[in-house]
Amino acid sequence: MENNESRLSAIWNWLDQRIGLAPAVSLARKKEVPVHKHSIWYYMGGMTLFLYVVQIATGILLLIYYRPSADEAYESVQFLMTDVKFGWLVRSIHHWAANLMILMAFIHLFSVLFMKAYRPPRELTWFSGVILLALALAFGFTGYLLPWNELAYFATRVGTEILGVFPLVGDFALKIARGGTDVTGATLTRFYGVHVAILPAIGFAFLGLHLLLVQKLGMSVPPSIENSGSPKRAMKFVPNFFLRDAIGWLVAVALLATLAAFLPAHLGVKADPFAPAPAGIKPEWYFMFMFHQLKLLPAHILGIEGELVGIMAFALGGVFLFLIPFLDRNAAKGKPSPLFTWIGIAILVYIVVMTYLGFTADPMG
Amino acid sequence: MSESDRPTAESRRGFVNWLLGTSAGAFAVSAFYPVVRFIVPPAEAESATSSVTLPFTPAEIGANEGKQFRFGNRPGLLVRTPTGELRAFSAECTHLSCTVQYRTDESRIWCACHNGFFDLNGRNVQGPPPRPLDTYDVNVRGDQIVVSLKA
Repeated sequence: MENNESRLSAIWNWLDQRIGLAPAVSLARKKEVPVHKHSIWYYMGGMTLFLYVVQIATGILLLIYYRPSADEAYESVQFLMTDVKFGWLVRSIHHWAANLMILMAFIHLFSVLFMKAYRPPRELTWFSGVILLALALAFGFTGYLLPWNELAYFATRVGTEILGVFPLVGDFALKIARGGTDVTGATLTRFYGVHVAILPAIGFAFLGLHLLLVQKLGMSVPPSIENSGSPKRAMKFVPNFFLRDAIGWLVAVALLATLAAFLPAHLGVKADPFAPAPAGIKPEWYFMFMFHQLKLLPAHILGIEGELVGIMAFALGGVFLFLIPFLDRNAAKGKPSPLFTWIGIAILVYIVVMTYLGFTADPMG
Repeated sequence: MSESDRPTAESRRGFVNWLLGTSAGAFAVSAFYPVVRFIVPPAEAESATSSVTLPFTPAEIGANEGKQFRFGNRPGLLVRTPTGELRAFSAECTHLSCTVQYRTDESRIWCACHNGFFDLNGRNVQGPPPRPLDTYDVNVRGDQIVVSLKA
């Protein structure tokens, strides 16, 4: 026993002399998380990160069987689901962890918004976070097409057609996104490359920046807590907070396994570009509020095509969300800013209501 | 050579920096240009299809019925109206280019993606589609249905 310990410390010293482990250890010891009545929201980012790690692990496994071509993609996923041992499990976990990751990212975003954690000096953390959310949505959009089934095919057709609506650059952007004028096998290989290489690379860069900023600046304390002057308590990150994080991750693994077992990912019918769009076609739930809004718009608004108006409004909404740290002057000065709380509530209510209406709408019109 | 004509160390440094900067810029452009061109897909040959013979006979499509067909590399829709007339349309919705279908219960053309409706002349009559469907000419020659671009 003693022998083992001395051997371990010998290895530790060997590494410490070469790469310097001591600063990392002192950083981990020093890191603290504030404790107050809103502390629960500090776990949301870590949960999103954990689900991202699950996505990478299961995604790498899926690569072993997946074939990115219009002739083979559907069949390779079918093979994976029926013949490969635990193929259904890996794909279903990838499917569910993707959905939960985006849900957690939204919860993380709104909790940060309501706690005004974007105020100085954390503007860059907010910017990198909004970019990470956009990347997560792009992951979802590109991944949705890969099984090459009917629903995914038409969702991609509609989704990419939206690019073409933008004035001037629209046609060009559409062609770049699709690899041609139509959604074909060329689109599939493009989406595949983006999904498994380009997005992960960009994602790691922004994730690195996001995490670095969180380490550097520490956790933000909401203004209400800060101003109330209540006793400032804190918790050690290692091991206290980290172990609580880990419990959440274990629960997430159990939930993923349950969802995968009882609600495995569907494959549906293979895409046929000449068949009519099926009734009840819908995008992933996190695009539903936009999809349903476009459905409700009239053909023309003030002489402009309705879809252009809608899509421009969503684009402006995204820019607004991104720029909140600069727009919310009161929060920046440490004053209460109820306006932005109400804006946040309005956005949340709008998304929830539109999503609900989208899923309950009669698909036959 | 007078003192003032001699290049100073500062201007030499400025020149070298300029040279380095433009070289780096030129290098970046020469490296990224092929990447950008690589991403832009090669031009496709314009679809030369001007007319197709459908793979079914006039007898196979009843009144108040619609059938999908391929017009070159684009989807088409043939409709026999309740009064027995044959009409052909591009099946691409003018809204966001989903493929439309004929709704027997409505006797209208329907896009499932955003609930757009078109009447039997292809006019956008309900929902988000901003324009009518493109229409084709239909000619019946014996047992064959020939669909062609509008003259």
